[in-house]
Amino acid sequence: MTAHAVEVRGLHKRYGDVTAVDGLDLGIRYGEVFGLLGPNGAGKSTTVEILQGHRSRDDGEVAVLGADPATADRAWHARVGIVWQDESAPAELTVRETVTHFARYYPKPRDPDAVIALVGLEAKAKARIKSLSGGQRRRLDVALGVIGGPELLLLDEPTTGFDPGARRQFWELIRMLAAEGTTIVLTTHYLEEAEALADRLAVIAAGKVVAEGNPAQLRAEYGTYATVEWQEADGAPRSERTRTPTRTVAELTGRFDGEIPGLRITRPTLEDVYLRLTGQEVAP
Amino acid sequence: MTTDPGTKTRTASAETPPLPGVWTIGLQRGGVEIKQFFRQRDQVIFTFAFPIVFLALFASIFRDNLEGTGITASQLYVPTMLASGLMSVSFQSLGISIAVERDEKVLRRLRGTPMPPAAYFLGKIWLVLATGVAEAVILLAVGSTLFDVDLPATAGKWLTFVWIFVLGLTGCALLGIAVSSLPTSGKSASSVVILPFLLLQFMSGVYIPTKELPDWMLSVGSLFPLKWMCQGLRGVFLPESAASLEHAGAWEYDRIALVLGAWVIGGLVLCLLTFRWKSKQDG
Repeated sequence: MTAHAVEVRGLHKRYGDVTAVDGLDLGIRYGEVFGLLGPNGAGKSTTVEILQGHRSRDDGEVAVLGADPATADRAWHARVGIVWQDESAPAELTVRETVTHFARYYPKPRDPDAVIALVGLEAKAKARIKSLSGGQRRRLDVALGVIGGPELLLLDEPTTGFDPGARRQFWELIRMLAAEGTTIVLTTHYLEEAEALADRLAVIAAGKVVAEGNPAQLRAEYGTYATVEWQEADGAPRSERTRTPTRTVAELTGRFDGEIPGLRITRPTLEDVYLRLTGQEVAP
Repeated sequence: MTTDPGTKTRTASAETPPLPGVWTIGLQRGGVEIKQFFRQRDQVIFTFAFPIVFLALFASIFRDNLEGTGITASQLYVPTMLASGLMSVSFQSLGISIAVERDEKVLRRLRGTPMPPAAYFLGKIWLVLATGVAEAVILLAVGSTLFDVDLPATAGKWLTFVWIFVLGLTGCALLGIAVSSLPTSGKSASSVVILPFLLLQFMSGVYIPTKELPDWMLSVGSLFPLKWMCQGLRGVFLPESAASLEHAGAWEYDRIALVLGAWVIGGLVLCLLTFRWKSKQDG
């Protein structure tokens, strides 16, 4: 039994000439919500698909709940829940029929009605799936992902296409599952989502982990520059990027008599850190 | 989530009950498949109406008795329409629906659960059996009331009907599962599946009696189950005198059993070798 729910060492995956995952390492602890953050094409989905056991790898070691997903058995699948990115469910069945049916695949399923309530679909329990809205279908996807009572839940960009209200509801659902002790791994390219949900996150760029830690750590470690902005006496805006903003302000206090016009000190947001780490930074 | 009050301590096995069995889940899958099929009204109507419409059409075109055998053309068409109807609910239906399910990632979702793969196929078999029985009941009811087809009077003939039904349906279902891997997308599935099926219907004597087909065509048709299902069902539902209309002048039940049996085994091997859970772009 490994100490980690998910342990990845030196993972490589190529599609023809394209290297999707290039020596990726991850250690995800039991019970945490872990975010995989990165731009499109960074290798997030490929990594999650390998963790799910749905894609082969070229090299590296992977252990998910102590087993290699590539050769995992039915008992392993019963412990791992998956919420897919682009899925269709049986259109002619009702929500309740579908959730109840999927429950029968598992040795120790959750109560179907409780799961339907958990994802907020009680009012739609008797509706055919074809009549559901996009957001309701995603909630059904989550219901099918958790019906088996998984120890680990893998979600690939679960809130893509959600409106802001639906996204917040979904976050509440993830927090509830996390509070119950489920280990959760989710990919996202929404920073606010990673910041709102993840205990820890890894930023992936070009198939590698370029930074790992909790959101505050990432900001502290990679966002060491502050930006000091002010206006010169002639009204011209000036700014300075510095590791020592206090010293800059002290100098300015000496130059200006009294108030420094338009003074503003900004620390980098997680987004700034992210853009720098993934090489998408726009030059200031 | 019940705990047995008889056990003193919660053992590891009590906490993780065994996985549900293949047959149990297969039966559940069958129920869900049948429910989904019969809820698509247009699909149900067209599936079952198709052979009846063709039967009515051909019976209206060819009205004469056939060269001194004492049977009418419409009597001749009842068993062949039944054979092709059985192939449509197995081969055509599975060939298209599995290709669509693969494309729409229904298969991928199932593979992410502890459902055993065999249970998926068991579910499809239950569906094919249910629709096959419905097809047979409807066509025989229409055939015996409107087209003077006599239902078999002896248990022996019914037994023949049952083994042709089971072997033919199974062989065609396996062939359909195998052919579902050919289309590159769900959208192209119906074209890819229907054209070969239509050609095969002509080459197997469904619409045109085998005696009137060119030899090469009948030879191609003879490689597949449909020709033998048609022939066997004619033997069950037509009087003995009609055997003279067969190419061989006899019903050839031993050869029918041989070819259909070979397709069941060969089809199974073909499925095991070629079945894909992923769509082509999924790699």
